[in-house]
Amino acid sequence: MSTISINKVQTKPIKHTKRLDKNLSNLIKTATIATEAAKAANKPAPAIPSQFSMQSKAFFQWLIPPFLGVCLLFAIWALIAQLTKGLPGPISTLKEAVVLFSDPFYANGPNDQGIGWNILASLKRVALGFGLAALIGIPLGFMIGRFEFLSRMTAPVISLLRPVSPLAWLPIGLLVFKAADPASIWVIFISAIWPMIINTAVGVSKVPQDYMNVAKVLNLSEWKIVTKILFPSVLPYMMTGVRLSIGVAWLVIVAAEMLTGGVGIGFWVWDEWNNLNVEHIIIAIFVVGIVGLLLEQVLILIAKKFSYE
Amino acid sequence: MEKHQQERYVQLENVNMSFVTKKGIFNALNNINLDIKEGEFVSIIGHSGCGKSTVLNLIAGLLEPTSGHLFCAGREIYKPGPERAVVFQNHSLLPWLTCFENVYLAVERVFESETKAQLAARTHAALELVGLTHATDKRPNEISGGMKQRVGIARALAMEPKVLLLDEPFGALDALTRATLQDELMKIMAKSGCTAVMVTHDVDEAVLLSDRIVMMTNGPSAEIGEILEVNLAKPRNRLALAEDKTYNHLRSEVLRFLYERHAKKAA
Repeated sequence: MSTISINKVQTKPIKHTKRLDKNLSNLIKTATIATEAAKAANKPAPAIPSQFSMQSKAFFQWLIPPFLGVCLLFAIWALIAQLTKGLPGPISTLKEAVVLFSDPFYANGPNDQGIGWNILASLKRVALGFGLAALIGIPLGFMIGRFEFLSRMTAPVISLLRPVSPLAWLPIGLLVFKAADPASIWVIFISAIWPMIINTAVGVSKVPQDYMNVAKVLNLSEWKIVTKILFPSVLPYMMTGVRLSIGVAWLVIVAAEMLTGGVGIGFWVWDEWNNLNVEHIIIAIFVVGIVGLLLEQVLILIAKKFSYE
Repeated sequence: MEKHQQERYVQLENVNMSFVTKKGIFNALNNINLDIKEGEFVSIIGHSGCGKSTVLNLIAGLLEPTSGHLFCAGREIYKPGPERAVVFQNHSLLPWLTCFENVYLAVERVFESETKAQLAARTHAALELVGLTHATDKRPNEISGGMKQRVGIARALAMEPKVLLLDEPFGALDALTRATLQDELMKIMAKSGCTAVMVTHDVDEAVLLSDRIVMMTNGPSAEIGEILEVNLAKPRNRLALAEDKTYNHLRSEVLRFLYERHAKKAA
């Protein structure tokens, strides 16, 4: 009876060796089974603990450096908070964050809304500005990459406008749209469009000549060339552009909202500064960082899904 | 007239080719004249940089000659066409498509009037011909170099071309795989009976596969130096030929041309 259970268990963990980071739950499962088996056998089964300890060792080796980095950040922050009057440390900020996130979706008039609403408002603006930029920038990038004439035509315009600081566009937006909200969307649009145009165009010009020769020899239609050759081969470049763009868009939104007001994480930071609520400002910094990180990760996931390698 | 067309199925008349480069005009090919019979297997051999691939690209229609004319089946060549299929040196399969889809892409363009089932049947037949039925749904990065080149050959053959153009088809493969594929290509060519032009730098490959070997002088301004008839009976067997007098004579003829009369100076 006991020998049978050991055999069963011994075959099991071998299946779980492939991916370490995925396998925390499997690891726990294996560990439980292992202990049970050991109890049942009434003696330690030699192969199983070594399997378990190897997995857990690798897991901790993977975890330790980033964990130490975050600890260091908090330590420096706590130290500076100790020395600076009025700057809250990690603990008081955490307490404040618990209060804040216990009710993220309240609304007491336009100037006092929960942090959830503020984040969503900012995300909405970014989505609109970024979406419009993608809608125009990606096809434009394709055309610039495909036609030499267009590329030479747009080159001076792009190199002139690209280095302009995004916020310099805000007054123009306010003037043209006569409202704060479209103006901040406009700023997102204009700052997010360049990486997408440039990366897509570079991608198109880097399509291997071999593939274009195949297209010529097979006498493919322009539609097939675009869908079967250009698009798949440009996709990795395009996704890089999209990732850079969304990074820029999220960077710019905070600054733009500080100037335009309304509901949004940038405005919220400025509002809390006026209220001298420094804990909230620090929370906002973390929120902006984490949301940016998540946006990036989602795009990396999408890019992986489309990659053919 | 028909006889004339068979004798000169692919025809190159006074072809000159120059490229505009940063250093000025580079004259690659000088006054190339060549007639290829229907069903003939012709190899073009020469040192690297002699413009042998340029000749192939001209026949394929990927390049236009600076002066002179090219004909295929009596019609002037001015762009690529489905009657002239190309097998590229580096296989040039699209990495995001499966083997099936890569071949299908070619088939659906050539046989536009056929149903999807007919097109799929053609694709499967072509893959079966090169012995790749088991890899139908694999992507190019999941199969070996030899298998990729087979898919490239299948893609070209599936178009049912009149002329098969091979640009150093086995150059990137190891010697053993190369030999296997050469043997298979011989069988396939015997079955299909289509005309073939192959660019190669492998002397054995040229003698083994060809009816005629076109030997080119070194560039710039490369010309056809000599044309060698390979009068060995088909089907040919590489083991039997290794001891064959005619084979070895032809082989040394080509070697003498390449390394005595037109030796390339060490780079």
